[in-house]
Amino acid sequence: MEDNTKIIDFILRLADNSLILGHRISEWCGHGPNLETDIALTNIALDLIGHARNYYELAAECKGDGSTEDDFAYLRDARSFKNVLLVELPKGDFGFTIVRQFLFDVYNFEYTSQLCQSKDTRIAGIAQKALKEIAYHLRWSSEWLIRLGDGTKKSHDKVQDALNDLWMYTDELLLADELDQFIFDNGMGVDHKLLKNAFVTRTKEVIEKARLQIPSDQWMQYGGRNGNHTEYLGFILADLQWMQRAYPGLEW
Amino acid sequence: MSNANWPLWEIFIRSKAGLHHKHAGSLRAADEKMAIDNARDVYTRRNEGISIWVVQSKHVTASDPEEGDMFESAKGKIYRHPTFYDIPDEIGHM
Repeated sequence: MEDNTKIIDFILRLADNSLILGHRISEWCGHGPNLETDIALTNIALDLIGHARNYYELAAECKGDGSTEDDFAYLRDARSFKNVLLVELPKGDFGFTIVRQFLFDVYNFEYTSQLCQSKDTRIAGIAQKALKEIAYHLRWSSEWLIRLGDGTKKSHDKVQDALNDLWMYTDELLLADELDQFIFDNGMGVDHKLLKNAFVTRTKEVIEKARLQIPSDQWMQYGGRNGNHTEYLGFILADLQWMQRAYPGLEW
Repeated sequence: MSNANWPLWEIFIRSKAGLHHKHAGSLRAADEKMAIDNARDVYTRRNEGISIWVVQSKHVTASDPEEGDMFESAKGKIYRHPTFYDIPDEIGHM
């Protein structure tokens, strides 16, 4: 694979994570448990979609064939999306959304922190801008995880169940494959050993504070980053893409 | 999850350094920390503020609007406004 293609694939992974999770969280808009959390979730969704746009624009620039951010978001099929499985799972109840958000926020915060040092100044620039928003996402979801985990028996059980269901998707966030290694070796990416250590330390700290248990010895699930998705991604893309598919080039 | 049992908070936002905190509205939150976070999300999402105060609504003591006489005495006493002084030109805009 040519280097430029590798860089584009690397950027698309970041963009796809943000777009798909942003879309998932946006499903809470108008359906939040109360007005304040509804607005908070919608703010986070908008932040993530903003990050996705920045990365897609950069990918389009690298591709240099006249592609735009919209081509990446609206005209690729499920197999071409490279987001992790964690972000495409249905939103579930509020507890599930909070646990998923917390796990992703820890990863995203630690990952993006490292990415700020990327030798590619365009990637570093996007990361630095995004990190301030991600830091708030992490604060928000940590706060809620502690409240629910250390809340009533019902809220505790609900988030513990969600944590048990979601933990198997965490290793996909942390494991480096050939592409990650190539990007890291070229000074543009992230040291996944550091990432994993930071992820483990930070999740443990908050999860203990929330009086929850990390499930032990779980089978880990992978696939999204290679285009092998759950059945749920197709439905998201149908929602997202139907208009561009039905009316190609439509603008408003 | 319902927030019907959460107390009501009054939110004050300072828009920039040197200005007063101004009442922005009220919202529900379980405690002061959540009230600050909620206020950040509800009232500063268009870059309205640099500082937030939250006060539980129950701690606000208000005057009774029925008691009209309360402000009666201040009416018609225009000499309490500092409008009878000539400001020297050198002072400029005040």
